[in-house]
Amino acid sequence: MPANFLHRIRAVLLAILLTATFAVPALAGPFEDAVAKFANDDFSDTDEAIGAVATSGNPLAFPIISALQEGRLSADPDTKKVFVTGSDGKIIDAATGAAVDKLPDNAAAVRLNNRLRRAVEAALGGLTLLSPDPAKRIAAAQSVFKSHEESALAVIDDALAKETNKGAKAAFTEARAAILLYKPDATEVEKLEAVAVVKARGDQEAMALLTGLSGDVPPNVARAAASAITSIQSNLAMWSMVQNAWYGLSLGSVLLLAAIGLAITFGVMGVINMAHGEMVMIGAYTTFVVQEVIRTRYPGLFDYSLLIAVPLAFLVAGAIGVLIERGIIRFLYGRPLETLLATWGLSLVLQQAVRTMFGPTNREVGNPSWMSGAFELGQITITYNRLWILCFTLAVFVILLAMLRYTALGLEMRAVTQNRRMAASMGIATSRVDALTFGLGSGIAGIAGVALSQIDNVSPNLGQSYIIDSFMVVVFGGVGNLWGTLVGAFTLGIANKFLEPVAGAVLGKIAILVLIILFIQKRPRGLFALKGRAVEA
Amino acid sequence: MLTQLTHDITTMSRRRWLAATAGLVLGLAAFSNAKAQETIKVGVLHSLSGTMAISETTLKDTVLFLIDEQNKKGGVLGKKLEAVVVDPASNWPLFAEKARELITKDKVSVVFGCWTSVSRKSVLPVFKELNSILFYPVQYEGEESERNVFYTGAAPNQQAIPAVDYLMKDEKVKRWVLAGTDYVYPRTTNKILEAYLKSKGVKQEDIMINYTPFGHSDWQTIVADIKKFGSAGKKTAVVSTINGDANVPFYKELGNQGIKATDIPVVAFSVGEEELAGIDTKPLLGHLAAWNYFQSIKDPANEKFIKAWQAYTKNPKRVTNDPMEAHVIGFDMWVKAVEKVKSTDPDKVIDALPGIEAKNLTGGTSKMLPNHHITKPVFIGEIKANGQFDVVWKTPGLVAGDAWSKELDGSKDLIGDWVGKKCGNYNTKTNKCGGQGS
Amino acid sequence: MTPHVLTRSLDRSATIFLVVVAGLGVLIPLSNLLLPAGSMFQVPTYLVALFGKYACYAILALSIDLIWGYCGILSLGHGAFFALGGYAMGMYLMRQIGSRGVYGNPILPDFMVFLNYPSLPWYWYGFDMFWFAALMVLVVPGLLAFCFGWLAFRSRVTGVYLSIITQAMTYALLLAFFRNDFGFGGNNGLTDFKDILGFNVQADGTRAALFALSCLALIVTFLICRAVVTSKLGKVLIAIRDAESRTRFLGYRVESYKLFVFTLSACMAGVAGALYVPQVGIINPSEFAPGNSIEAVIWVAVGGRGTLVGAALGAVVVNYAKTYFTSGPLAPYWLFMLGALFILVTLLLPKGIVGTFSAWRASRKETQRANAESADLEDGVGEPKPAE
Repeated sequence: MPANFLHRIRAVLLAILLTATFAVPALAGPFEDAVAKFANDDFSDTDEAIGAVATSGNPLAFPIISALQEGRLSADPDTKKVFVTGSDGKIIDAATGAAVDKLPDNAAAVRLNNRLRRAVEAALGGLTLLSPDPAKRIAAAQSVFKSHEESALAVIDDALAKETNKGAKAAFTEARAAILLYKPDATEVEKLEAVAVVKARGDQEAMALLTGLSGDVPPNVARAAASAITSIQSNLAMWSMVQNAWYGLSLGSVLLLAAIGLAITFGVMGVINMAHGEMVMIGAYTTFVVQEVIRTRYPGLFDYSLLIAVPLAFLVAGAIGVLIERGIIRFLYGRPLETLLATWGLSLVLQQAVRTMFGPTNREVGNPSWMSGAFELGQITITYNRLWILCFTLAVFVILLAMLRYTALGLEMRAVTQNRRMAASMGIATSRVDALTFGLGSGIAGIAGVALSQIDNVSPNLGQSYIIDSFMVVVFGGVGNLWGTLVGAFTLGIANKFLEPVAGAVLGKIAILVLIILFIQKRPRGLFALKGRAVEA
Repeated sequence: MLTQLTHDITTMSRRRWLAATAGLVLGLAAFSNAKAQETIKVGVLHSLSGTMAISETTLKDTVLFLIDEQNKKGGVLGKKLEAVVVDPASNWPLFAEKARELITKDKVSVVFGCWTSVSRKSVLPVFKELNSILFYPVQYEGEESERNVFYTGAAPNQQAIPAVDYLMKDEKVKRWVLAGTDYVYPRTTNKILEAYLKSKGVKQEDIMINYTPFGHSDWQTIVADIKKFGSAGKKTAVVSTINGDANVPFYKELGNQGIKATDIPVVAFSVGEEELAGIDTKPLLGHLAAWNYFQSIKDPANEKFIKAWQAYTKNPKRVTNDPMEAHVIGFDMWVKAVEKVKSTDPDKVIDALPGIEAKNLTGGTSKMLPNHHITKPVFIGEIKANGQFDVVWKTPGLVAGDAWSKELDGSKDLIGDWVGKKCGNYNTKTNKCGGQGS
Repeated sequence: MTPHVLTRSLDRSATIFLVVVAGLGVLIPLSNLLLPAGSMFQVPTYLVALFGKYACYAILALSIDLIWGYCGILSLGHGAFFALGGYAMGMYLMRQIGSRGVYGNPILPDFMVFLNYPSLPWYWYGFDMFWFAALMVLVVPGLLAFCFGWLAFRSRVTGVYLSIITQAMTYALLLAFFRNDFGFGGNNGLTDFKDILGFNVQADGTRAALFALSCLALIVTFLICRAVVTSKLGKVLIAIRDAESRTRFLGYRVESYKLFVFTLSACMAGVAGALYVPQVGIINPSEFAPGNSIEAVIWVAVGGRGTLVGAALGAVVVNYAKTYFTSGPLAPYWLFMLGALFILVTLLLPKGIVGTFSAWRASRKETQRANAESADLEDGVGEPKPAE
């Protein structure tokens, strides 16, 4: 955020420009009256005040409006005085610009509703069209494109003439086209050109603009608009396929992340771990605790909270996993169905323990800034959190695979899985390997919890919602094969997302379950079946 | 205790086994008749485990808090109140079992409980059969008026319709997405809204209805669909009846896909302070909720309540919400009715309740109506960055709850009137009790 | 010899079980109806309903034990058959409401009026007749089990794969029944029942009769299960459980045996569900929840897998524990208790309550006999074998 003083300089420049353009006299009286309206705590008065201040040309207009947007504009209902608290904490009287020591006690922030927020955005769009920052100019042009306010045309034309930045130039051209499209007295040629520009933009907003066109445009324009709409539509339909594929990958990555720990405890060790979901939940709660500590002690580190949480969640869930293996599961080897029973009991205990410790309600786990928001790729929106989860999942998968392949522990694990007695004869401490394998599977479930906390509830029920899906993925992919889990997760994810638009969310999911049941009939040991005698055990 | 029991069974001889089983039965039977009534017992029937614990645990605490406060004032009719807490564990048949246990075994005078419609439907026959009183504190789909139930939450006309009116008038919304979880409350609310919107001239193609399963967590496709639906050149809003658990991922996806309240506002009927406590609300600034109470409402009664509640729970950040206020009103009404008839006899209390008035926490006075619903103000709040709501609109006065919706064909002629007509589904056309007939 | 001892002990515990169930089935209704309310020996109505529920759970447990304990098929979706039976009965009960629903529609149940159904969906036809509904209680779960089993057993889906796809089945049904468009009342399910065969479902007499019927059904189920497991068929089932491939190589058609017992078990679960619904007063999709099916398997494990008495006992013990712990001051901690019970039973009593008990008794007999033998060793009767 630039310093207040910079704002002011920019505002002055702007004011001069705006005054020149609109030739609105910057009289003290009306401006002060307008500012005083902010103190009425009435939405329509605030609306009028925004309009009056934004077009006043007063150098204080920009600070006032931007303060309003950010909740830094406060008003004293008794004295009708309005104050701007700068982002640096300095307070000025909004009407005069004079510095004020402190806010009066009964001053409250001026409230906004959605309608006013739109008005503020439009006003700021008008006020920042000439901002020195190209990104801000583009954003301003975008908001003009959306609002297609006729009054902005003059400034846009002016800005367009001076613009050197390519991106900003395109944005201004589009904004201009949007205005012309809706300007009643624009010529037919202008309008046809505008349709072409908007068509070239080709996204949903362009569609919205064209479909929103009223019937009283010249027939040629209407025809051009209609054909533009069809072409945008077919373009968007193609993109929606890409979008479904992306959503499928993203859902698949979530499934994979949840299932990958299970692929180890269930797939490799043969333990039906019904408490797997609770390990995920523990990972998510670890993230919550880490963020809580960071929030209260080291707020600056918030963006790194997930990086800190990942190893911690691995350790916490892994340690609990080792405890479970040592305390319960090691007595139950060779009786896989009884581990189901014991771990089901364990999952009840863990859920209730978390409920008692953290309360039954959802806990807030924030998204760090690098995981918030989205970017556009062609005509699809890719959200950062989904993208990071996909990358993270693949990274976990690769690391796990490498670990099993190249480390001594991995070698021992594979040896114990393939032939326990032979491995023991070779001097491998099988019980230690069992404990570590179970710990590894649980630890990975904990890591999954860190990622899932970014997109789902952090509540005691978190684990329950993933356990069935995880089992489906592992069984579909083939027990005992990590690659099977990978392929299984992405297949199910993508199939689900292509079915969802056709059949709806519920029917889509039912269809997937039925397909899994039928698929298992065809390949009773999953997609990638282990071959050999081990299977019969 | 139980391990002791199983141990006993395993070590018992066969002969004693029979005797013990019989003893267990008789013991349970005797136990049920054991305690004498020195206090007035109040049943609390809210899930403390399972999927609904997330919402209902707070309500259990609320009732305990209210009982505590009342006892500080000397109880009711000179007797202390005693809470009997059971855990129906989000399991609907267990709700019925526990209700029966509360009424027949513990002999409670009144029950405060239930959240989901299905749990209410499950206990309903029990309350009717055993003639007891249930206070139900959650907004619901309406279409019900039972002698033994008092509905202190909002009926659809006290929440949904005012919210849509606001969006139509103030936000000039022309296109509507009705998104809900697939169960009876969203279904009914959406049906009512659809009929209402059409009566206001909204065309079929401007309404999109979407249902998702409970706990739906992957909202990518649906949010993208909403975005697409919203880009048809008309102002669009989402009316969300999405249920508790699914809301967090829904709002996270909205925030991340960049749908701002200024573009497509979402008005929710099931998202309150408690639900927002689990979400980072900064990206949700300006999305709306319609309730009959918000924690942020400035009123001395509300401020006093919040302070006492936070002191009781020893948590200065503990939030309050609408169903809690419903319990506050319901509890107050019950106390007043009992004191009016000087008895906890269900028949007397049921007859005394309609007409009883109780101060709500937002500066008004709610009244129990003959249809066993109450009058409530309706507020529209916008989500603020701190997880609270900023009230942007409210109804000029209190709105009376309609048990039967006027927008639905099946119920437009029905009224509930337990004072004059002694009937929950009185048909005003045929002047008969007993529904629409055909 | 050992097998003789085993069958005799089974016979004895079976006799005791039958006598206890029959006794309770007669005494509890009589005590509830004949003794004055408030008397020390009068069983209050809520306990009658509660015990009736336990009896239904015991039938479900028997049906699971039949396939899991004796044939090694671990179904994690048996709750689906239970719920389907329950829905068939629920549909009959809904049709019996007639015009007494809140909207007073003589044909359509309330939820259909509410969701603007123009007429009754075809799959609701016939459910106004009790015999048809009763038939459907057996046919619907049986048919589903037959189709499912026919596919799965023929493809030789076994072990955990079978468990997981049965879980997928019940989960799919759960989602389907949650859908309001499916025509079964969505999440609210079927409720507010009035009459069964002309009797008020809430009357004490009806409740007592339903309880007695549940006990009768439990006895019949028990006898059928026993007949199956003690017959030659039962021996083959046990052989399949212990070594499926070997049994197949010996020339038995493993699929047919499994299919028969799986279908039979599903029908039993359906009956349990049908008796359960009028007693608890609601049937809702949550009965399909995979967790419920897992819990039912746990009852069997707690009681003793492979012992019919144990399965029934396990259902009663676990559910009694649940009832007991969910009220009173322990309510917030009941999941701890239940979870700990499951863990401890698996660790300490791997054969379940009844299994451990009979093993303990057998070993005591062995020691007694060994003591007697050590008195005159020369006789040398043979090595004592532990009972399995």
